[in-house]
Amino acid sequence: MNSTKKLDYTLRLADGALILGHRLGEWCGHGPILEQDIALTNTALDHLGRARSLYQYAAEQFNLLPADDKKNAFTSVAIQNLISAGASVDEDDLAYLRDGWDFRNELLLEQPNIDWAYTAARSFFYDTFNYFFFTQLLRSKDESLSAIAEKSLKEVTYHMRWSSEWVVRLGDGTDESHTRMQQAVNELWMYTGELFSMSETDTTLLKEGIGADLAAIKPLWMERVRSVLDEATISIPVDAWMQHGGREGRHSEHLGYILAELQFMQRAYPGMEW
Amino acid sequence: MSNSNKSEWPLWEVFIRSKAGLDHKHAGSLHAADAEMAIENARDVYTRRMEGVSIWVVESKNIHASDPDEADSLYDPANDKIYRHPTFYNLPDEVKYM
Amino acid sequence: MTVHSFQEHFDDLIDREVTIEPKDWMPDDYRKTLIRQISQHAHSEIVGMLPEGNWITRAPSLRRKAVLLAKVQDEAGHGLYLYSAAETLGVTRDALYDQLHTGKAKYSSIFNYPTLTWADMGAIGWLVDGAAIMNQVPLCRTSYGPYARAMVRVCKEESFHQRQGFEIMLTLSKGTEIQKKMAQDAFNRWWWPSLMMFGPPDAESPHTEQSVRWRIKRLTNDELRQKFVDVTVEQAKVLGLEVPDKDLKWNEERGHFDFGVINWEEFWNVVKGNGPCNKQRLETRKAAWENGQWVRDAAMAHAEKRKARKETAKAA
Repeated sequence: MNSTKKLDYTLRLADGALILGHRLGEWCGHGPILEQDIALTNTALDHLGRARSLYQYAAEQFNLLPADDKKNAFTSVAIQNLISAGASVDEDDLAYLRDGWDFRNELLLEQPNIDWAYTAARSFFYDTFNYFFFTQLLRSKDESLSAIAEKSLKEVTYHMRWSSEWVVRLGDGTDESHTRMQQAVNELWMYTGELFSMSETDTTLLKEGIGADLAAIKPLWMERVRSVLDEATISIPVDAWMQHGGREGRHSEHLGYILAELQFMQRAYPGMEW
Repeated sequence: MSNSNKSEWPLWEVFIRSKAGLDHKHAGSLHAADAEMAIENARDVYTRRMEGVSIWVVESKNIHASDPDEADSLYDPANDKIYRHPTFYNLPDEVKYM
Repeated sequence: MTVHSFQEHFDDLIDREVTIEPKDWMPDDYRKTLIRQISQHAHSEIVGMLPEGNWITRAPSLRRKAVLLAKVQDEAGHGLYLYSAAETLGVTRDALYDQLHTGKAKYSSIFNYPTLTWADMGAIGWLVDGAAIMNQVPLCRTSYGPYARAMVRVCKEESFHQRQGFEIMLTLSKGTEIQKKMAQDAFNRWWWPSLMMFGPPDAESPHTEQSVRWRIKRLTNDELRQKFVDVTVEQAKVLGLEVPDKDLKWNEERGHFDFGVINWEEFWNVVKGNGPCNKQRLETRKAAWENGQWVRDAAMAHAEKRKARKETAKAA
C-alpha cells in the first residue's frame, strides 16, 4: 500500500472540510435571520469536526513516514523547520503551517460566500457529492476512514437536506431570488467537475479498496442535482468548461486570503500553546 | 410600531420529546417560513441536533389558551392568542441596567 | 373586577412570588419595563456576537476555532430565546429589530469596545460573561414566567462560556512572556468596561427599586458590582494577572474589596454612541438584516406557493 497516497487522500478530505467550514463560519453573526444563522453554524461545526478527525488521522500517518518522505511532503518553512527538528506534527500543524500549494481541497470550496444563494448552491453541490462519497467510503478497508465516513454520513444527510431546500426555496421563491440562484449555479457549475476527476491517487486507493469510485458517483450526483434544480426551476448550464487544480495545489486566488486569516496567529506567534 | 415586518416569518411553538416514553414538552418558540423549516429550525435551535428526539411544531396563532382563573371577562381583551397582545411601547433613550 | 382590583391581585401575586404568565393581567408599566429589559438583553446577545465573531476566522487552533464558533452560536440562541420571551408580551421581533436599527433601543455598551488580540476572547469570556452571569442568575427566578424560563436556558449555557474564557486566559498566563503580556493587555482594557456593565450607581438608577419589587431585578447595580469585584480579584490571582486599579484593596471592616472610581463620563459617552465601535456594530447588524430581506421574502413566497399548490391539488 502506498502510504503517501493515502495521506494525500486524507488531507484532501480534511482540507475540504476545513475550508468549507471556515467559509460557513464567516456567516456567523451575519445570517439573514437568527434561526438560519444558528442552522448554518451547526453545519460549519460539523465540517470543522470532520476536519479535525481527518487531520488527526493524517498526522498519525505522517508521523509514521520514513524521514525522506517527510522531508519532501510539505513546502512551507514553518512546517519544514518542525520536521527537520524531528518533531511530530499534529492536527494544528497540518491546518496552520502548510502553504496554499500544499492544500488539496477542491476549488469549489474556497469560493467566496457572496450571498445566501451562492452559499446554498456551493453547499448543495458539495453536500450532494459528500452524501454519495461517504456512502461509498463506509465500505473502505481502512477502518479510520470508514469510521469517519459513518459519522459524517449522518451529518451530511442533514446538510444535503438543508442546502437542497434552500436551492428550491430561492429558485422557486421571488423573481429576485430566482435570478440570484440561477446566477450562483451558473458561476459555480464550472467547479463541480473537479469533484469527480480520478487522479492517480484515486485510482490506486480504489484498487486497494480504500478509496471511493468517483466516476460511479457522478451519475448519482447528476441525477439528484438535476431533480432538485428542476424543482427549483433552475436550469443547468450547458457545455461548461470545468476548472481543475485544487487537488494538485493549484488554487484560485481566494485560498491565499483564507489562509492569511486562518493561519495568522500561528504564523505571528509560532510554537505556542493556545 | 414598526413597519419593517413586511413579511415576518410566522411564529411557531416547539414541543420536544427528549426521550422515548416521555411527553412532548414545550421548549420555546421560533420563526420559520413553513412547518418543515420550523421542524428543522427546532432541531438546530432547541436540540442542537440530538438524535432520536421527536419534535412537534404548531403555528402559534393556532394555539388557544385558557384564561387564568382570576381574569374576569370584563377586562379580558378577547385575546385567546397568547402570542400577540396589542400594546404600545416606547423604549426610552436613557439606558438602564447595562 | 375594576382595574384597581386587578392591580391588587397582581401585587398579591408578586408579593407571594407567584409567576406572572402572558395572559395574566399586568400593569402597563410592568409590561413596558419587561419589554425594554428583555429586548435590551436580546439585542446585547446579538450585537455581542460581533466582537467575538471577529476572531472566528483567526482562532489559533482548530479546537479554539470550533469552541469559539459554538460560543458565538450560543449567543444567537440566547438572543432567540429572549426575543421569544419578549414576543409573548405582544411585540414582534421585527419591531424590536427596528428599535435596534434606528438607535432607539440600547444594548450593552461593552460590545462597543474592539477585540484587538486573541486574548480578548479570553477576557470577554472571563469578565464579560462573568459579569453577565452575575446579572442573569437571579433572573432565573424573575416574576415573568417566559423570561425566567429563557434565563434558565441562557444560564445553563453561559457557564460554559465563562469557563472557556478563563481557560484561554489560563493558557496564556502559563505561556510565553508574549502571551502573558497579551493576557494582561486584554485584562487592562476589559476590566473597567466590565465594571460598567452593572450600570450606574444605585443612587442614580431610579428604576432599581421598582424593578427589585417586580423581581425583574433581584440585586441592585452596586451590590452586583461589588460581588463581581470580590470574585474576580481572586480569579486574577490564580491567573497571576494584575488588576488595573491602584486603589484596589481589601477592606476588612466591610468584608469586601474597595475599588477605584469608575469613569462614568466614558460610560455615558459610550452609551450615547461615542464608543470606539458603536457605529460599526450597528451598521453591521443593519447590513445583515437588510441583506437578508430578499432571502426571508423568498422563503415566504415559496412557502405560500407550496401551500397554494397543495390546496389546488386537494380541490382537484
